[in-house]
Amino acid sequence: MRIAVNGETAYCYTNSRDIETDKPTVVFIHGSGMDHTVWTLASRHFARHGNNVVSVDLPGHGRSTGSPLATVEEMASWVIAMLDALAITDAALVGHSLGSLIALECAASHSDRVRAIALVGTSSPMPVSDAILDAAEADDHAAFDMLTQWGFSKRHQFGGNRNSGIWMIGNTLRLYERSAPGVLFHDMRACNEYTSGTDQAAKIACPAMLILGAEDRLTPVRSTRALQEAIPSPVVEILPGAGHTIMVEAPNAMLDALHKVL
Amino acid sequence: MAGPDYPGLDTLALHAGAQPDPSTGARATPIYQSASFCFPDSDYAASLFNIERAGHVYSRLSNPTNAVLEERIAALEGGVGAIATASGQAALHLAIITLMGASSHIVASAALYGGSHNLLAYTLPRFGIETTFVDPRDPQAFANAIQDNTRLVFGETLGNPSLDVLNIPAIAEVAHAAGLPLMVDSTTTTPYLIKPFELGADIIQHSATKFLSGHGIVIGGLLVDSSQFEWEASGKFPTLSEPYEGFHNLIFTEEFGPAAMIQRARKEGLRDFGACMAPTSAFHILQGIETLSVRMSRHVENTRTITAFLLEQEPVTRVGYPELDGHPDQALAKELLPNGCGAVFSFDLAGGREAGIAFVDALSVFSHLANIGDAKSLVIHPASTTHHRMDAEALAAGGIGEGTIRLSIGLEDPKDLIADLKRGLRAAGKKAGGSR
Ligand SMILES: Cc1ncc(COP(=O)(O)O)c(C=O)c1O
Repeated sequence: MRIAVNGETAYCYTNSRDIETDKPTVVFIHGSGMDHTVWTLASRHFARHGNNVVSVDLPGHGRSTGSPLATVEEMASWVIAMLDALAITDAALVGHSLGSLIALECAASHSDRVRAIALVGTSSPMPVSDAILDAAEADDHAAFDMLTQWGFSKRHQFGGNRNSGIWMIGNTLRLYERSAPGVLFHDMRACNEYTSGTDQAAKIACPAMLILGAEDRLTPVRSTRALQEAIPSPVVEILPGAGHTIMVEAPNAMLDALHKVL
Repeated sequence: MAGPDYPGLDTLALHAGAQPDPSTGARATPIYQSASFCFPDSDYAASLFNIERAGHVYSRLSNPTNAVLEERIAALEGGVGAIATASGQAALHLAIITLMGASSHIVASAALYGGSHNLLAYTLPRFGIETTFVDPRDPQAFANAIQDNTRLVFGETLGNPSLDVLNIPAIAEVAHAAGLPLMVDSTTTTPYLIKPFELGADIIQHSATKFLSGHGIVIGGLLVDSSQFEWEASGKFPTLSEPYEGFHNLIFTEEFGPAAMIQRARKEGLRDFGACMAPTSAFHILQGIETLSVRMSRHVENTRTITAFLLEQEPVTRVGYPELDGHPDQALAKELLPNGCGAVFSFDLAGGREAGIAFVDALSVFSHLANIGDAKSLVIHPASTTHHRMDAEALAAGGIGEGTIRLSIGLEDPKDLIADLKRGLRAAGKKAGGSR
């Protein structure tokens, strides 16, 4: 579905359904350089389970027009503007990586609009290495390579996709390659510069869950300790064998975990 | 700036797609010889049917052994995904019916495997899909043949029977300029000799019956998608970019992004036409792929030895291998196929049909049969077998002479192959002498 948000055309996947205001809504927010397709399995699932699903393409990503936004706070405001445009009063937010920071910021700054959050492959702060930032700034393919390889657990470097016929490394790399020049850099810088996450986390009043990959090398489990302490009583699910690309590496375990808060 | 290195071809050939079996620890990929897979509960079942979870329902649609093979070939080719099919023919058919319907058109190289030619020239026209065949060595001919309703450009990396080297970069440019994808059949080359996606091809078809499995023990096909083609932007592929009634109005480009084509092929073509691969076949092909590089380099090495030998022999009037002087694609072969032009080639014997028959009948190491890409060396005399109904004129139109012999060079000691060929050449020489 395409709608106008802040003067640009925003795309969101809704499982080809209209939004019904009497249904609960789940919003899915992708990570850096990605688009809504990373959530296809999960959004189809929650659509069948009686929810409106809204799987967004952030500005400048996928099918949404406009420039990529500079900060997590701006991205959070954009998500709220999107809810306004769809006449949705409140929603559960599921975010991956950068998307998890956006969900966190929404829950802290717009608590009346957020029913629950699930932060997938998250950490706060989320420092990004200079090697990735520099390569992304130069639109160097090496940035895609680093994120693709480090984004999967060691065992998944050779694939082993439970979703038949898809070479998981290849599909993830292609999503990065499809991003417009500069987009990945904007996203990575926003992750790097969002340092207020743990302060914001303390304000969260809704149910919150962390879904972490036990073998995540980009946002390792140990780097989530501050966040786990800051959020009031979070539900934490650590998925064995998964790295950072949890939607691909552990799609079924992620769905089962999401049911605990959605 | 250099990013981290990806695993190389040999490592992927051994590992891609596979994990030690989670339930037993088995290191080899098990043969999951099961038609169906149990659902833990009804909601899980519904979620599998509705593409919400990863997993298997029924082995016509997907199977854990096949899945390893599919991921492995996609990794080896540098694509996003693949589908294992019952045969190479089934892979070609699956690609075509995924991309087009009646009133469509294909531009194809005229130098195709006979089975592919049959499908395109005789069978598909009954279903409203026409093909124009063009000179594989003339990119402009491909351009000239493209019509409004053309939906695919197709050729073999090495054409049959003369090993015309497909100029993939030039023909990809022609196809892309017209908003069309280029599919290549890379059966005789495999990812060891050429990486068609790196050269601009969009889809790859393999007969895994040949060098990928490598031992002449199985029939199978593979269809691989690079995801580089922009289906939506082209506007010519409603099967991918418009709602599909057969799956609750799913729009494949919208839901699967880079994997749109391969998902549509599975959810429709594999489901409805049903030409799936048997899991045991997938196991055999995986086993073959593990040694792809060592086998292919030896295939090529032996082929170079044998072609050099044949060039020196009295009754041999022509040896058609692109690396040799006199082959029209020698320069292009050097550029696109530096590691060799495969192990299948033909040569001409003086003395026509009779010499050809005498040659084949005198061989004992080479097996006389209709196949290529076995670890064992193979021979066939087209004029008395695959093309036996054709007269000299019709054969010539297909680039075949009455004394043409096709060899598929195997992994035997080359000295024994040469000794065998000498026997054949002596027999052929007698016929040639007699008919002079
Ligand atoms: C180049 C080529 N393509 C496709 C095929 C068809 O493959 P299959 O026999 O596995 O259907 C063959 C078989 O000989 C072939 O040689």
